[in-house]
Amino acid sequence: MDGLAQGTPPGFLARTRRWSRSLMRGRKPEPLPVRLDRRRIYIVPTRAGLGFGVLLATMLIGALNYQNNAALLLTCMLGAALASSMLLTWRELHDLTLRSVHADHGFCGARLPLHLAFADDRRARHGLRIAVDKLEQPCPLQPGASRATVTIPTELRGWMPLPRMHVSSTLPFGLFRAWSWITPDQHALVYPRILHKDAPTARTDDPNERAAGGDEFAGLRDYHPGDPIRHVAWKASARHEHLLVREFDRAAPSQPLRFDWDTLSGLDRETRISYLAGWVSAAYAAAHPWILILEDRRPLGPATDAAHYHRCLTALAEMP
Amino acid sequence: MRRRTPPPGTRVVASALGAMPFNLLCATVLCVVAAHAPHMPAWYTAALIAILAARWWQRRHRHRRVAAWLRVVMLVAIPATVTAVYGSPLGQEPGAAIVCGLLVLKALESESTRDARMAVGFACFILMSALLFDQSLGFTILVGLMLLPALATLRALEPGLSQPRWLSAFKPATVLLAASLPAALLGFLLIPRLGTPLWGSPGSGVARTGISDRMAPGDLQQLLTDNSVAMRIGFDGGAPPPEDRRYFRGMVLWDFDGRAWLPGAMATRRRPPVPVGARGPVTRYTVTLLATHQHWMFALDLPVDTPEGAGMGPDRTLWSIKPIDQTVRYRVTSATDYRLAPAGLAPRVRAAALQLPQGYDPRARALAASWRTRAGSDDRAIVRDALRLFHDGGFAYDLDAPPLGRNSIDDFLFDTKTGFCEHYASAFTFLMRAAGIPARVVIGYQGGYWNEFAHYLLVRQSNAHSWSEVWLAGRGWVRVDPTAAVSRVLLASTDGAMGGIDGGGSGWWLPWRNRLDVINRWWGQAVMGFDALKQARLFRPFGIDHTSVQMLGIALAVTVFLALGAGALLASLRPRHKPRDALATAQLRLQRKLAKLRIVRGPTEGPRNFYHRAVHQLPGAAIQLRELATEYLVLRYAHAEPPPERTRAFVKLVSRFRPRRVVK
Repeated sequence: MDGLAQGTPPGFLARTRRWSRSLMRGRKPEPLPVRLDRRRIYIVPTRAGLGFGVLLATMLIGALNYQNNAALLLTCMLGAALASSMLLTWRELHDLTLRSVHADHGFCGARLPLHLAFADDRRARHGLRIAVDKLEQPCPLQPGASRATVTIPTELRGWMPLPRMHVSSTLPFGLFRAWSWITPDQHALVYPRILHKDAPTARTDDPNERAAGGDEFAGLRDYHPGDPIRHVAWKASARHEHLLVREFDRAAPSQPLRFDWDTLSGLDRETRISYLAGWVSAAYAAAHPWILILEDRRPLGPATDAAHYHRCLTALAEMP
Repeated sequence: MRRRTPPPGTRVVASALGAMPFNLLCATVLCVVAAHAPHMPAWYTAALIAILAARWWQRRHRHRRVAAWLRVVMLVAIPATVTAVYGSPLGQEPGAAIVCGLLVLKALESESTRDARMAVGFACFILMSALLFDQSLGFTILVGLMLLPALATLRALEPGLSQPRWLSAFKPATVLLAASLPAALLGFLLIPRLGTPLWGSPGSGVARTGISDRMAPGDLQQLLTDNSVAMRIGFDGGAPPPEDRRYFRGMVLWDFDGRAWLPGAMATRRRPPVPVGARGPVTRYTVTLLATHQHWMFALDLPVDTPEGAGMGPDRTLWSIKPIDQTVRYRVTSATDYRLAPAGLAPRVRAAALQLPQGYDPRARALAASWRTRAGSDDRAIVRDALRLFHDGGFAYDLDAPPLGRNSIDDFLFDTKTGFCEHYASAFTFLMRAAGIPARVVIGYQGGYWNEFAHYLLVRQSNAHSWSEVWLAGRGWVRVDPTAAVSRVLLASTDGAMGGIDGGGSGWWLPWRNRLDVINRWWGQAVMGFDALKQARLFRPFGIDHTSVQMLGIALAVTVFLALGAGALLASLRPRHKPRDALATAQLRLQRKLAKLRIVRGPTEGPRNFYHRAVHQLPGAAIQLRELATEYLVLRYAHAEPPPERTRAFVKLVSRFRPRRVVK
């Protein structure tokens, strides 16, 4: 979208409908983009704010009692400044527009990073904080850099609806907290929990080949993102501008590892999925080609690349 | 408030105090100590600042906390020291000194955001208490500016300061304080004042300012170097009396104990005022007297009537029934040319006017006796002798007068020969009494500076003065100013308390000083004097004679509501036209042109669909529209930054595009 689309002119009916919907804002999942307008920003004093309120009341009573107009004027100045800070706090959230959420890959049990893209309205929001669970994560936005990353907890594998996000700010003085809820109508894929167990195929199939050092060194090439870090030729890289990785001859070497659903019979379903996921990620890290055979007996692979890796893990995550 | 308690170990928002907030906190505390410095002992202020500086250095270079035992020691030592210095921990001055010390202690131990916030709140409160000691315009503005570091500290305690620089911490605070000025003024006008204080009496315990009812050598010295304003006088008819008649009578002192002059029984007895015979026209004027926390009032020599709420003493001195705890205004009439008790003195009065302590100042008595012998019964000759002595006898006017011994008059007359008004008035009155002429000391103010700009006479504390009155047969009480007879001036106060030296001096700054004093007068009358009574008359211009507290409350609530609404509106304003590039502007223009033909781009319609629809609905312009569509899509989506020359071509295409509605 080029962002120049025109909205429909608001009619009375539309306005009423919007109002009634606004009561439910943030509680039901809603499609992106989500703009925080004044109907859905709440603001209350923080504990420090209440403390300052008591302080101002004391100052006021003191100034009035001593009939000291200079002190009263000072109290009024401080009071007005602190009250106006409420508007600034509110403004910190007002008009904040969440354009898109991109969920990263993450395994069940670990925290899943969410990349949030906000509309860039050339305003800095230094104090933005987003909390999904108990953890408040600072997400400062700068003009021209309106992206932030937060992490959310994961409990189950598979497609997870994005949780309700608590967006808040206490800028500028920490005396008020403005907050709002955003629940994007979107799902994130959570890969299965990883359990490590020695891969049966690696040991039983080709013990000799492995002992002979089947990965034959074939040469050096430029590093690409996703290459296993242990293949980096550090000494050679030091003499070059880019990182270099050792390439191994894949034509002859190892037979692909076979990760078969059926080899893990006797275990419960989730454990089997977790073991398979562990093998897949171990093989990917070692840059071994592998084949994944699931319940439906359709083999995935053999291959070693990132696309294969993600395809396998997605298949595992989506298993019924 | 929703308080989210994060599980242990997952605290993201660091609560430890960073370097920048701590620096700002130190600056705040420094400001507070500076605001209280004028009434604290200099060494105490210096000690507090030194402690703060040491802590700042230690935290910056040693990264250590302050040891707990040291804090306990300070917690005990501060009140103990203050009590030892002031004699009591109670009262405004010792109280302020103690809380300043405790604030420094709080800054010392502040290691978390919460501590720092508490310290800032505490600092704001102590800053306000500094205004109990001085309410002048300049000081109030200064203290108001001292809120800036406090607010900057609060800001720095929050995350996301764009750069850890002083400027970026101060900017939001400054903008906010400036923006909240109108709201603060409205609040100031509308917050209902208390008619009577809830506790205590305002100003009790405040250091007495101005003239006191005791005059010993050196007592007036501090006053004569104090340039603060004592009163302002506006005269009916505009013009002030001539300079040699600007004597403002305060108190009459009768009793001399060898060292100090005191009012004595004659001045305090409740007798009717001595009748005065006015010669020539009387002067009517209005005095605006700043708070003295004492009872006496000042009037041009010599008042003939008594203002409201005041009484007149037997010696025609005015006193207020209530202590003057805030600026008061009163109208008086005075006769500057008068005869006071010319007929004769009652024996008791005469005795009091001749009383001298025994066993003091033998040389002065001998001198007076020699004059009496020479002059015979001519009292005026003796007065002339005394004035000639001051004029020709090597006497000098000097505020820095040397100390005097037990026989203070002798020491002054024959030894030091240096002093200021009270030395001269004291010695002259002594000599007169010793020579048998009834005499007494009058203290008040003399001179003043005529402000051409606003037509009032400005009298400063440094205009405090003392002179003598002698009773001469046939003339009554006559004012004699022995100080005016002194010819040699060594060190006068900046304004010159000596008779004849004007309040303002001269120089290029004079007009500015006049204007400044007009502002000060306005501050004193309109702002500091804005009390419950004036507030009740606030809406008089709108036809409401008496504004009750309820009405004020309602007005305040309405104002707060309106101010918040206006503020919210202002805060929610966003640029209607966000800064757009030329391409987007041209595209919007095209959309407007098409919208006139009822081809409106929907809220979720992409540009490609929109163009497609437009081509469909406007077959007549299909070629142009297709060209526009291709250009736009290429420019918008094929480049990160559209090439300017192609954009210009697109803009031209759009401006040449004039669609016609074809009725299908």
